[in-house]
Amino acid sequence: MDLKYTAEEEAFRAHVRAFIEAQLPADIRAKTGMGKRLQKDDLTRWQKILHAHGWGAVMWPTRFGGTGWNVVQQHIFEEERADIGAPPQNAFSLKMLAPVLMTFANSAQQDYFLPRILAGEDWWCQGYSEPGSGSDLASLRTGAVRQGDHYLVNGQKTWNTLGQYADWIFCLVRTSSEGRPQQGISFLLIDMKSPGITLRPITMLDGEHEINEIWFDNVQVPVHNLVGEQNKGWTYAKFLLTHERTNNAGIGSCKRALKNLKAIASRQTAHGRPLIEEPRFRDRVTQVELELMALEITNLRVLSASADESRTLGPEVSVLKIKGSEIQQTIAELQMHALGPDALPYLREALEMDWIADPLFAKHYHPYAPPLTGQYFNMRKTTIYAGSTEIQKNIISQLILGL
Amino acid sequence: MDFSYTDEQLALRETLQRFISRDYDFERRRELARSPLGFSAEAWAQYAELGLLSLPFPEDCRGFGGNAVDVMLVMELAGRALLLEPFLSTVVMCGGLICDAGSDSLKRQMLPRIGAGEIKLALACHEAAGRYDASQVTCAAVPSGGGWRLTGQKTVVLDAPSADYFLVSARSGDAAETAAVAGDARGISVFLVGREARGVTLFPYPTQSGGRAADVRLADVVLGPDALIGAAGAGLAIVLRAIDKGIAALCAEAVGIIAALNEATLNHLKTRKQFGVPIGKFQALQHRMADMLIAAEQARSMAIMAAVYADSPDAAERCRAVSGAKAYIGQAARLVGQQAVQLHGAMGVVDDLIVSHYFKRLTMIDLTLGDVDFHLARFSS
Repeated sequence: MDLKYTAEEEAFRAHVRAFIEAQLPADIRAKTGMGKRLQKDDLTRWQKILHAHGWGAVMWPTRFGGTGWNVVQQHIFEEERADIGAPPQNAFSLKMLAPVLMTFANSAQQDYFLPRILAGEDWWCQGYSEPGSGSDLASLRTGAVRQGDHYLVNGQKTWNTLGQYADWIFCLVRTSSEGRPQQGISFLLIDMKSPGITLRPITMLDGEHEINEIWFDNVQVPVHNLVGEQNKGWTYAKFLLTHERTNNAGIGSCKRALKNLKAIASRQTAHGRPLIEEPRFRDRVTQVELELMALEITNLRVLSASADESRTLGPEVSVLKIKGSEIQQTIAELQMHALGPDALPYLREALEMDWIADPLFAKHYHPYAPPLTGQYFNMRKTTIYAGSTEIQKNIISQLILGL
Repeated sequence: MDFSYTDEQLALRETLQRFISRDYDFERRRELARSPLGFSAEAWAQYAELGLLSLPFPEDCRGFGGNAVDVMLVMELAGRALLLEPFLSTVVMCGGLICDAGSDSLKRQMLPRIGAGEIKLALACHEAAGRYDASQVTCAAVPSGGGWRLTGQKTVVLDAPSADYFLVSARSGDAAETAAVAGDARGISVFLVGREARGVTLFPYPTQSGGRAADVRLADVVLGPDALIGAAGAGLAIVLRAIDKGIAALCAEAVGIIAALNEATLNHLKTRKQFGVPIGKFQALQHRMADMLIAAEQARSMAIMAAVYADSPDAAERCRAVSGAKAYIGQAARLVGQQAVQLHGAMGVVDDLIVSHYFKRLTMIDLTLGDVDFHLARFSS
């Protein structure tokens, strides 16, 4: 047993940190540091910088252009990325779709799509949920009917995160209504420029545009955009979800957020003293710090075990997803609470870089304040998306406990 | 023991309920929250006509002689409908402060005008370094020419942008003393300041739950001798009494929202189908909903307690009741708000449904006039 990083790993960390410090554009770093709105351009610029250095996909094997890093190296990269304030890469492309393509797609699909993801040329969004199919995903009804060399797709997807940026969408569609619902699902890659696609923004509770609804009206999709076999899509979908949930642990981002929380609680005052010295608040911060400490080690244990045994991850990722999402929520909640009455103002324009605070207002309303309440509201999504906490507990009950 | 409402109280509730059903649905409320004023001037006039704006004022000031239980009834409905009008600031806190501490002439001058909907007031008693502690006052009132000169800054003053007058807490000792004793309970006085007075400036902003607030600056604002409310140096007790009325009202508002959220969530559990059945068939969700019902009942009990003692002149008794209620209801609201969102799934985090608006308002109520931690500490000390 040894929880310490080796000398090689420490050297690797220094190398990663030096690279990110040097290459991350200052304007992007300033935005993430103050919780300002990021645009698509910010995200793709960073992806292209990483790609130019050969680090476009730190979790991919080398044969597809990835770094081939082991789980500890990936963890170190993620920690340094978050700590310095580089934006997260597009998980839908890199961490969800890509493993499916690598495992189930044909070589023509791999050769076309994977390099474009790596180079930041294509933005992918996910087409899973439908208005009537959330937790019960397998009941989905968006239909794809084969007609010659294409499928004709009709239906509606919803909650499509950053769909407004998407060049492509990977979709679960129904190609058969026979047998169990899971047996008639296929995995289609659809060009968002296809005629018949309509995207409508959904405003979230924090007032931001992050998710969308997408309608498909007689959309023609070439048959060569089917991944794997027709009606086997559920297998690929579940494989993808396992990857999605692993990524949701978000240890690096949580560590950064915890650091910010402590800094904020040191700046804010209560009864004339720094808030962090208030025992009630301090204990809450400590509780979440301990949860995160435990999760970091649990996460590495789970990832190391699967790597050592050369197997894909299983239902144990539900533990990571539940805890990771709860920790994110708790930290966001404490950050908001730290503001006290300053959590009340709602200043939409303050999330833009060019916003200049009124000097007297800024004496108490610090630069870190504007995004925090919205972030607390927004973070409620984390126990809902990617399989709600309730679904994760069902998975643990059924697949781990055998209940 | 008597937990029943009087016939007058039931009639009042029914009248307001009728107005809300007719003129204040969710879509209308969203439009109002986005409008420059941030609430409905027509609704305010209606409240005046219904007698709401003079509800807790004495009859000799053209009031209805109501108490905090009457206010509770109104605030519960205000919560359910997410009303945006500045009833809490103008009527409950500022009107209440004038009732309790104002001179007879001030009462006769101000209360009928409040009741008629002619003027609105905001309580400007919190400062940046004080967080929720109203004794942290650095705003200075210097005697000058028989009156006073006021200088300082009040932060996140609720409903300030629409207010015609502010009730401002300030230290009325000399300047050196002011700097040394920011957290001292003594030496604080309350002043009535007109919005139009020279030296008053506002930095207004919307709040996260659709209302309006502002930072209020006072730069050498010249006041006459009659601007002082109550005795010089006795202001903290006056302000705390007004805040306690506000806390009891906020507790009632939260209870109204909690009840409405539970109804919406129960309806969702019964109608939303997944895996071929309404999701309310799943025991994990049934137990969650049961917890939410228990929280609602307990919260209601605490809101009743707060209302019964909110008008008490006995500061210790009153403070124990309202702080206990605020701390308890803050936690109940957190549970119900978060779980209502969770049980609605992604539909809980969109702007289009009222659920997220209820959740946000509950969150902001906890952060207004003292959060859970603040009131746990106040109760236990």
